[in-house]
Amino acid sequence: MSKLDSYLRLDQMPHFTCPGCTHGAAWKSMIKAIDDLNFDKNKTVMVCAIGCAGRLPVYLDFPSIRTPHGRALSYATGVKLANPELNVIVFMGDGDAAAIGGNHLIHTARRNLDITAIVATNEIYGMTGGQYAPTTGEGRFASTAPYGMIENQMDVCKLVEGAGATFIARGDVYHVKELKDLIKQGISHKGFSLVEILTTCPTHFGRRNNMKKPSELVENLKDLTITKKQAEKLTEEKINNKIIRGILLQKQKPEYVETYDRLTGFQEEGGEK
Amino acid sequence: MKDFVLMQGNQAVAEGSLAAGVKFCAGYPITPSTEVIEILAEKLPHHGGRFIQMEDELASIAAVIGASAAGKKAMTATSGPGFSLMQENIGYAAMVELPVVIYNAQRVGPSTGGATKPHQADIMQAKWGSHGDSPRIALIPGSVEEAYYFTIEAFNLAEKYMVPVIILMDELLAHMRESINLPDTSKIEIVERRKDALPPCDYQPYKIDETDIPILPPFGGEHRYNISGMIHGEDGIPDLSPDTIDACVRRINTKLEKYYNDIIIFDYEPKNGADLAIFAFGSTTRPAKGAINKAISNGVEVDLLRPITIWPFPEKELKKAAEKVDKIIVAEMNMGQTVGLVKQAVEGRAEVIQFNKVDSNHISSEELYKTIMENN
Repeated sequence: MSKLDSYLRLDQMPHFTCPGCTHGAAWKSMIKAIDDLNFDKNKTVMVCAIGCAGRLPVYLDFPSIRTPHGRALSYATGVKLANPELNVIVFMGDGDAAAIGGNHLIHTARRNLDITAIVATNEIYGMTGGQYAPTTGEGRFASTAPYGMIENQMDVCKLVEGAGATFIARGDVYHVKELKDLIKQGISHKGFSLVEILTTCPTHFGRRNNMKKPSELVENLKDLTITKKQAEKLTEEKINNKIIRGILLQKQKPEYVETYDRLTGFQEEGGEK
Repeated sequence: MKDFVLMQGNQAVAEGSLAAGVKFCAGYPITPSTEVIEILAEKLPHHGGRFIQMEDELASIAAVIGASAAGKKAMTATSGPGFSLMQENIGYAAMVELPVVIYNAQRVGPSTGGATKPHQADIMQAKWGSHGDSPRIALIPGSVEEAYYFTIEAFNLAEKYMVPVIILMDELLAHMRESINLPDTSKIEIVERRKDALPPCDYQPYKIDETDIPILPPFGGEHRYNISGMIHGEDGIPDLSPDTIDACVRRINTKLEKYYNDIIIFDYEPKNGADLAIFAFGSTTRPAKGAINKAISNGVEVDLLRPITIWPFPEKELKKAAEKVDKIIVAEMNMGQTVGLVKQAVEGRAEVIQFNKVDSNHISSEELYKTIMENN
C-alpha cells in the first residue's frame, strides 16, 4: 500500500474516469502536495461541485462537500468563515469554475479569502458529452461547436488577476513534479490562491480535435507550454502561441478573515464583548 | 419584568436570530428585507459570528449551507426575486439535510414586481420552488413580536429536524414598527444540533436511527464524510440504484411526519355557535381579527383559523375545524395559493370561499367584515 493510499477511499475504487483521462495525475499531484504539507485530514475540507472534476471527493478521505454546479467557491466561503482553522481546497473543472461559477470565481478572488481554488482546464464539458467551455480554444470542435468554436477563449488566470487574487499559478499534467510544487505553494499561500491545471480529455476533446491518442494530448501540453523563465527570453509574438507555466503572480495582501476580525472586533463566543 | 422596546419587523428577525444563536449570515441587498443583513453585519461579530455580503443570492444561500456544514447556525435574508434565485440551493440543503434558515420578506410579484409593497404570493414557492420532492418547514408570523419568537423557533426546528426552515413575512410586517415585549432570553429554549454521533469507525452520515433524523457532525472534527446533492446511500456516497433512490427520496420527504405535532403551530380557539371561519395568516391576521370582532359585536360568531406553520400544511387542524363550521373564508394577498390546500384538507366538509387581494393594499377589516356578512 502506497503512502498516498491513506488519502483515498479505496472502497470506492475503481474510479469513474475514462481511459486516458489525466484528472488522476491532477488529483495525485494535489494529494502529494497535501501530504508534503502534513495537513491534518480532519482539518482539510474538500469542496467540489459538478462534472468530471466535481466527482473527486467521492474518492478522497477528507471531510468533503459536493455542491450544486458552479457554487463550490461560495460553499467554501461559508465553511472558511464559519471555521477559519480549516484548510479549504476547492477543486473544479473549467466549466464549473469559469462558466456557471464565473461570478463566484471573480468575487472569491477579489475578497482574498484564504482558500485555494484548483481549476482543471481541459477545454470541454466531459461529463455531459463534449460541449464547449469558456476555455475552449477558437476553432476547436465540440458537440455544441460542430462548426468550430466561435467565442473568445477565456484565460482563467488573467481573469482572477484582474479580480484581485494574490496567488496565481499554472501547471499541467505533463510536468507533474512541477505541478505538485505549484499546488503546494498555492495551498500554503495566505489569501486566495488559484492553480490552473491543464488537463486532457481524449474521449470528448481529443476525439473531435484530431488528437485521438491520449498520449498525443499530453505530448501536446509539453510542446504548448513554456516556463515563465523561458518566456522572458522570447519575443511577444512567439509567446502568443505558447501557454506560460509556473507562478504567474504572488503578492502579500491582508487576508479576508484576519481583516474582518480586526476591523469588527470579532470575539468568539464566551470572549469579552 | 417586562421589557418593552419599539422594534421593526426586520429588526425582530435579526434580533431573534441572534437570540437563537446565529453565527453566520450571508446576504445580498434586496428590498424589503435589507435591514436584517445591515443589523447582522453590525452585530454578528460581537456575538461570535461573521457576516458577509455575497455577490448574489445564489452565493449567499450557498455560503450559508457551507457554514452549516461547518457546524454553525446560519441564515440569510431576502425577498421574492432573491428567493427565486436561492431555490436550487434550498433544495440542496433539504437533500443533504443541513439546517439553514431563510427569511423571505414577500413583496409584490411576479418578477421584479414591486419592491416596497406587500404580497403573500411566495407560499407555494416556499415548498415547491426547487426541482424534485424535498421537505421544508415554513413559518408565517403575524406581528413584530411573533417575528422575534418564531425566528427563534425557525432555528430550533432547523437544527432539530435538519431541514431548511423559511420565515415568510411580507413588506408590511417587515417594515412595521411596534412596541414588543422582549423576553428574558435565558428562559427561551434554544435547540442545538445533535452531537451524539457514533465514533468515526462506526459512523455513516445517513445511517439513520429511530429518530429518522441524521446526525451530521461539523467539518473539522473526527468524522470525515461526504455531503452530496446526488442521491446517496447511508455512507453519503452517490448511488443510483433504484433501491437507494427510493429509500433516499422517501425518507427525506417523510421524516417530518412523526414530528407533525411539534412542528405545527396553529392558532384556533373555537367559539360556540360559530358557523363561519376566516382562514388568514401573516399581516392579514389583524384585519381578520378586526372583522371577526365587529361581526361578533353585531351578533355573528366567527372563528379565526390561523396557521403559523404553513409548511407542512396544517391539514389535520383544518379538517377538525371543518367538522364544526359550514363555511371557511380564505383571505390571502395573492391569486389563491392556500385556498386549494384548504379545500383539499377539508374534503368538502365545509364550503371554502376565496378572498384574494393583489393590489398591494393590505386586506382591510372592513372588506373582510363585508364578506363575513355576505356569507352569514
